[in-house]
Amino acid sequence: MMLRLAPVLMVILLVAPILAGLAMALLPAFGYLPALGGDSFSLAPWRALAAQPGIGRSVAISLASGLIATAISLSVVLLYLAAATGSRLDRWIRRLVSPLLSIPHAAAAFGLAFLIAPSGLIARLTSPSLTGWERPPDLLIVQDPWGLSLIAGLVIKEVPFLLLMSLAALPQLDPERRVAMARSLGYRPAIAWLKVVAPALYPLIRLPVFAVIAYASSVVDVAMILGPTLPPTLAVSILTWFSDPDLDQRFLASAGAILQLGVTATALLIWWGLERLVARSMDGWIARGGRRRGEASLHLTGKLLILLTAAVAFTGIGGLAIHSVAGFWRFPDALPRSMTMDHWAQALPSLGEPLASTALIALFSTLLAGVLALAALENEQRTRRPASKALWLLYLPLIVPQIAFLFGLVVVMEQLGTRPTHGLITFGHLLFVLPYVFLSLSEAYRRFDPRWSQLALTLGASRNAAFWRVRLPMLLAPLLTAMAVGLAVSIGQYLPTQLLGAGRVTTVTTEAVSLAAGGNRRVIGVWALVQACLPLAGFVIAIGLPKLLWSNRRGMQGSP
Amino acid sequence: MNTTHRLELRDVRIRLDGKTLVSLDTHIGPGEVLTVMGPSGSGKSTLLAHLAGFLAPGFQAAGRVLLDGRDIGDLPAERRGIGLLFQDPLLFPHLSVAGNLRFGMPLATADKAARVDRALARIGLAGFGDRDPATLSGGQKARVALMRLLLSAPCAVLLDEPFSKLDTHLRREMRQLVFERLREAGLPSLLVTHDREDAKAAGGRVIELLP
Repeated sequence: MMLRLAPVLMVILLVAPILAGLAMALLPAFGYLPALGGDSFSLAPWRALAAQPGIGRSVAISLASGLIATAISLSVVLLYLAAATGSRLDRWIRRLVSPLLSIPHAAAAFGLAFLIAPSGLIARLTSPSLTGWERPPDLLIVQDPWGLSLIAGLVIKEVPFLLLMSLAALPQLDPERRVAMARSLGYRPAIAWLKVVAPALYPLIRLPVFAVIAYASSVVDVAMILGPTLPPTLAVSILTWFSDPDLDQRFLASAGAILQLGVTATALLIWWGLERLVARSMDGWIARGGRRRGEASLHLTGKLLILLTAAVAFTGIGGLAIHSVAGFWRFPDALPRSMTMDHWAQALPSLGEPLASTALIALFSTLLAGVLALAALENEQRTRRPASKALWLLYLPLIVPQIAFLFGLVVVMEQLGTRPTHGLITFGHLLFVLPYVFLSLSEAYRRFDPRWSQLALTLGASRNAAFWRVRLPMLLAPLLTAMAVGLAVSIGQYLPTQLLGAGRVTTVTTEAVSLAAGGNRRVIGVWALVQACLPLAGFVIAIGLPKLLWSNRRGMQGSP
Repeated sequence: MNTTHRLELRDVRIRLDGKTLVSLDTHIGPGEVLTVMGPSGSGKSTLLAHLAGFLAPGFQAAGRVLLDGRDIGDLPAERRGIGLLFQDPLLFPHLSVAGNLRFGMPLATADKAARVDRALARIGLAGFGDRDPATLSGGQKARVALMRLLLSAPCAVLLDEPFSKLDTHLRREMRQLVFERLREAGLPSLLVTHDREDAKAAGGRVIELLP
């Protein structure tokens, strides 16, 4: 009975807040919000929005950075898969995907900023020998007006995401056989992969790609750290207007939110058009039947690009660590002259509360998501109905820009008189945690051999016993991995925490992002490093616990 | 273990999209093994799924299945009292060998540990109780799977090509062991296979399904 409710409950939990949020952004966007004295519909907010200086550029940057970051990320992933499948590098990269994915966006963005800034690690390593710089050059590299560093920061995070989604989808395509077939017809391996696997893979990762476009075109935290400032991206502008003490600015912010929705929709439409174009030229390329040309350069770029991405991400985290313990550090010196724990000692007293809030919110939202996802999947197994068509609704929170519905949701909560609490934030995080937990768990759940449960039943175990004594223990490893993903998603959330907590509940993430404006690299290093390490702890448990529990059971070691 | 059971299939018909896949009217006495043969696609597995209670939605089944005179057609799989032996031994990888044997024992069984020990001794695996099933050989796994089935005290047994994945030598040995034990326990059994040798070793009636 409870089980049967689970899928319905899940859909309501995901869809209702988004619809309510969008409605409450739409009404004020046209001047209607009685609580703030907007009693009649008008176009005033839109006129105000159009009059904002640099609004056109904001929109253009949001649109372009979203599309370009997605295109680059997808290319890196596809080229890598074409070039490296089955190689030693491949096994190595596969092991790095989860930790890379678990690095929160903000921490990765700070890491990149510390790396490429005029006084960053790269400048230090190449100065003065290559550059001749004796002091940091006066260049606007981070937060450049074209959004290039913003795009780079997004790529670092979206590559592992798309790679993981591709790796999850690939087994059902049987890529080895396809490539072997093409190779027997004379195609070189990487070309074969691009010609016979990639076209079949793309439809399977299309929704995740759309999610990346939506995210990249509306991201707030990464854009606050790496994005341009004069003007900032549309999403950042909206947040500024919304946080303005002058409550009238909310009408402007609401119009901005609806505009953001349009910008993301436009980005998706443009992508859809690009898909058609690329598909057509791919058809031509495949039909021409070239088998060898370009193989060597494909191999090289495929491997180089992924290595570059991984190296930048990890060096960035290393940079955070160095900054967090750096003492006196003159410019061209590659390493600080002295190390100190002062920054940690100073941050420690104020770390406790945000750390506790982060853990509490992450644990509760992940547990809730885990229970809901398990119940829905178990119900699917018991009724033996194929995956419901409502499944695409799971992607709704990932495809509708956060900023577009979240503060409509805040308005709803204010109207209801709900006070910002940890519970409210937990519920907000659930919107984003649940899809990821469900998607990563459903893979393993549906692949699970149904004969195990049938066997348990014919041995006289009840359906519940079959779940608790067979399915759950055998799926413990993927369940823990899904939970670790959930924790990582929750820990990395900036906007829901900031908006639903009305700035009164601070987490490690909101603290770290708010430090961006201050620019004290050593303090940022401490907070961003803590933020980066938290999700890692989850993954360490997810990988270690099953190994420990089943140390005596060889059959459980290789489980997915 | 020596109570007598009988399984009756009264005019059982399974249809998919209006087309009849299987149609069977027969009964299986205590200790008897009925062999159902047919090429793949003839509905053998569907028949087993129906009898065990796992028929996928989409199939329509008519007729009655009686176990010891009781209609089990509407019972859920876990209350039918029908045991299944699969192609693979399917020992639960997270349980020990003893844990696997104990899994199916009725709750009221007295002195489970002693029964597990005796059962292991009977299949030549005395002292294997604490072992990880993944460390057993193919033949040992097959024997544990058989013992697990018998200890769950079923009233009838379905065999789904249980020897097809064993090598020739092992196959002969397992056939002998399985049929001997089933007869000894007086269980009506239904064997599904496409191997004539299996049918011969079972020594009972053979029904051929048409594709």
